[in-house]
Amino acid sequence: MATTAAGTEAPAFYDLDPHEHPAGGSTMLGFWLYLMSDCLIFAMLFAAWGVYGSAYAGGPTPKELFDLKLVAVNTAMLLFSSLTYGLAMIASDEDRRGATLGWLAATAVFGAAFLGIELYEFSHLLHEGAGPQRSAFLSSFFTLVGTHGLHVTFGLVWLAVLMVQVARGGLIPANVRRLQCLSLFWHFLDVIWIGVFTFVYLLGVLR
Amino acid sequence: MSDTLLKTIFGRLTLESFPIHEPILIATFAMVALGGVALVGALTYFKLWGWLWRDWFTSVDHKKIGIMYMVLGLVMLLRGFADAIMMRLQQAMAFGGNEGYLNAHHYDQIFTAHGVIMIFFVAMPFVTGLMNYVVPLQIGARDVSFPFLNNFSFWMTTAGAVIVMASLFVGEFARTGWLAMAPLSGLDYSPDVGVDYYIWALQVAGVGTLLSGVNLIATIVKMRAPGMTLMKMPIFTWSALTTNVLIVAAFPILTAVLAMLSLDRYVGTNFFTNTLGGNPMMYVNMIWIWGHPEVYILILPAFGVFSEVTSTFTGKRLFGYTSMVYALLVITILAYLVWLHHFFTMGSGASVNSFFGITTMIISIPTGAKIFNWLFTMYKGRIRFELPMMWTIAFMLTFVIGGMTGVLLAVPPADFVLHNSLFLVAHFHNVIIGGVLFGMFAGINYWWPKAFGYTLDKRWGTISFWCWVVGFWVAFTPLYILGLMGVTRRLRHFEDPSLQIWFVIAGIGVAIIAMGILALLIQLYVSVRDRERLRDVTGDPWGGRTLEWATSSPPPEYNFAFTPVVHDLDAWYDMKSREAERPVGGFRDIHMPKNTAAGVVLAGLSAVTALAMIWYMWWLAILAFAGIVGFAIWHSFDYDGDYHIPAEEVARVEDARTHSLASTKPAEA
Repeated sequence: MATTAAGTEAPAFYDLDPHEHPAGGSTMLGFWLYLMSDCLIFAMLFAAWGVYGSAYAGGPTPKELFDLKLVAVNTAMLLFSSLTYGLAMIASDEDRRGATLGWLAATAVFGAAFLGIELYEFSHLLHEGAGPQRSAFLSSFFTLVGTHGLHVTFGLVWLAVLMVQVARGGLIPANVRRLQCLSLFWHFLDVIWIGVFTFVYLLGVLR
Repeated sequence: MSDTLLKTIFGRLTLESFPIHEPILIATFAMVALGGVALVGALTYFKLWGWLWRDWFTSVDHKKIGIMYMVLGLVMLLRGFADAIMMRLQQAMAFGGNEGYLNAHHYDQIFTAHGVIMIFFVAMPFVTGLMNYVVPLQIGARDVSFPFLNNFSFWMTTAGAVIVMASLFVGEFARTGWLAMAPLSGLDYSPDVGVDYYIWALQVAGVGTLLSGVNLIATIVKMRAPGMTLMKMPIFTWSALTTNVLIVAAFPILTAVLAMLSLDRYVGTNFFTNTLGGNPMMYVNMIWIWGHPEVYILILPAFGVFSEVTSTFTGKRLFGYTSMVYALLVITILAYLVWLHHFFTMGSGASVNSFFGITTMIISIPTGAKIFNWLFTMYKGRIRFELPMMWTIAFMLTFVIGGMTGVLLAVPPADFVLHNSLFLVAHFHNVIIGGVLFGMFAGINYWWPKAFGYTLDKRWGTISFWCWVVGFWVAFTPLYILGLMGVTRRLRHFEDPSLQIWFVIAGIGVAIIAMGILALLIQLYVSVRDRERLRDVTGDPWGGRTLEWATSSPPPEYNFAFTPVVHDLDAWYDMKSREAERPVGGFRDIHMPKNTAAGVVLAGLSAVTALAMIWYMWWLAILAFAGIVGFAIWHSFDYDGDYHIPAEEVARVEDARTHSLASTKPAEA
C-alpha cells in the first residue's frame, strides 16, 4: 500500500459530522465473550468429569445412583423454560409488555421446577451417603451439576429483577438489551445441560 | 465470652494469628504503618481526599484507570522486590553451620509471595494498565466499550493485592510455591490460612483480569476509528487484542481449577487428594493449561511496545507488519499447545513429551521472526537512542539468550536433568525481566509524556537502565551455572561451601538491581520536580506515527474532539506528511460516561467476603456476599450512567490547545 498518495487531493482526516452512536453497541459482543469464558469453566468441569467419572473409589456407581426418569423430567423443565423464554423475546419484539412479562413468568416457573427437582435429587444422594466427599466421581458430579444449578439460580434472580424493571420502565432499549443478554445466558445454560444430560447421566449409566 | 461464641464470630482468627514473634514482620509492619499514617496524614492535611475520590477512584476514564494500574504495579514491585532481596540474602548466607536469618516457615512464604506478587500484581497491572491507557487512544476512541466495568476490574485487581498484603500481617501466606501444587496445597499438608489467602486473592483479582479482557476485546473490535481496518491497526493494539483473547480463553481455567482446590479444602471433595479417586496430577495439568498462556499474556504486549518504539525511534515504518501480526496470532494459538513442557518429568511417555517438546520449539519461529523484523526495521534507520529505544535494544540482546535457554529446556531429555533447577529459574527470569519488565519500562518512558505532558528525565533513566541491565546479568548468570551443576530451586540451606561464591555474586547482582529501582524512583521524582524543563506542548515529543500522538498531552477527557479518519497504518504519520488540518471550530456536545462509586463498593465487599472465607467467619462472608448481590441489583436500577460535555466546554479546551500549539514551533516544521 502506498504511504502517501502524492498528487491526489487530501482526503478527510477527521469525521467532522459525527452522528451519535446508539448506546450499548458493544454489549451483545461483550456478553457473548463473557459467555464463552463461562463455557471454558464448564469445559474444565467436563474435563474433570471425563477423568474422574469412573473413579468410584469402591463407592456407589452411576447405575446405582441415577434415576433417568427423574432426570428426563428435569431436562424437559429446562427445555420448556428455553421455549418460553424464546416466546418472551418474540413478544418483546412485537413490543407487547404484558405478554413478555407473562412468558418470563412462565420461564421462571419452569426454571424453579428444574432447580427444585435438582435439589431433590441432591438431597436424595446425600441421604444415601453418596455426597461429594465420597469419591472423586461424586466430587466431579456434584461440582459440574451444581455449578450449572448455581448458574440457573443466578439466572432466576436476574430474571426476577428484570421483570420488575420491564414492568416499571417498559420495553425501552436498555431493558430490551438486558432481555437479550439474559436470553443468551438462558439458552447457553440449556446447551450446557444437554452436555450434562448426555455425558454425565446417559453415558454414566451406560458405563 | 465462651470459646464457641468467639469461634462463631472470629472463625479461626485468634491472637496467635498475628505474627508478633517474628521481628522481621514486626519491623515491616511498623514501617508500613508509619508510611501509611504519614500518607493518610498528608492527604488529610492537603485536603486531597475529595480530589482522589472524585477524580481518580470513581473515575471511569480509561486514561486514569490505566495510570492507577501502573501505580499499583509499581507499589507491588517494591514489595515483590523486597522478597527477592530477602531470598538472595538468605541463600548467600546459609551455608554449612550458618542457618541464615530466615526460618523455613518464613522463607517458604517469601518465595511463594515473590512469585505470586510479581506475576499477578506487578506484571499483570503493568500490562493491563498500559493497554488500558494506550489502546483507546491508538484506535481513535473516546473510551473503552464498558467504562464502568473497567473501573470495577481495576478495583478487583487491587482488592486481590490487598488480600495478599493482608497475609503479611494477619496469619500467613502459602508455603507452596507460586502455583500451589496439590497435594501440598490440600488441607492435609497446608491446614493453615496460607493457601486460602492465595486462592481468594487470585480469584478476586482474576475476575478483574477476565472482565478487563472482555472489555478490551470489545473495544478493539467495535470502536476503531473509521478507516482503521484490522490490517491498519497499530501493532500495539494488535498485541493487545491477542493478549486479551488469551486472557479470556485462559483465566476461566484458573478460576475453575482454583474453585476445585477450594472445594477440596472447604467441602472435602476429592479432586486433587491422594485418596478416594483424587489425582494431584490433574491439578498440575489444569493449572498449566492456564499457566502457559499466562506467560504469553505478559510478553505479547511487551512485543507490541517494542514494535512501536523501534519504528518510532528509527523513523521508519515497521518492517514486516503483516508478518508481525501473523506471528502474534501463531503465538496465541501455540500458547495453548505447549503446557505439558512444564512437567515432562511427570511420566507421560515419549510420544506425548515429544509432541509438546516440538510444539514448544516451534514457538521460537514466530518469535524469531519478530526479532528479525525489529532488526530489519532498525537497519539503515536513523536510530535515536532515547530511553525507550535503549530498553528495546537491551531487550533484544537479553531476550534472545532467554529464548535460547528456553528451547534448550524444551528438549525433554535435557529437561529431565534441568527440571526444577536454578537453570529454569534463571531462564524464566531472563524472559520475564528481559522481556516483560524491560518492555514495561520502554512503554513507561515512551508514553509518560503522553500521559502527563512532560518527558521523563533522561539522566536518571539512563542510570536506572544500566543498573537494571548489568544487575540482571550479574544476578542471573550464576543461577544458570548453578542450575547446570544440579542445584534445585527453593532451597533455604546448602551444605557444599564451593557453591557459596555463586550465590554471593547473585546477591551482588540483586543489589545492583536495587540501585536501578532506586534510580527509577529518583527519575520519577526529578521528572515531576523539573516538569517545566521537560514540558512538551506538541503532544508528539518523539515524532510518533500512531493516533495517540495526534491529541494533546495529557489528552482531554474525551480524547479526540473529532474522531480521526484513518487512511494508513501509520495514521498520524500519514496525517502529518499530508498536512492534515486540525479542526478548530464547529465542536459538538460529547457524550461521556459518568463517574461511579459502584466499582469501589463491589470490590471492597468482595475483599471482605474473601477475607471472611479465609478466616471461616461464615456470618460475615454471607453478609458481605449478600451485600454484593444486593448492591449489584440496586445499581442495575440506575439507568442514568452518562452525560454530555457541552460544545462550549470542548471549544474552550481545544482553543487552549490551539494557543499552546501556536506558541511553539510544531515538531515537524
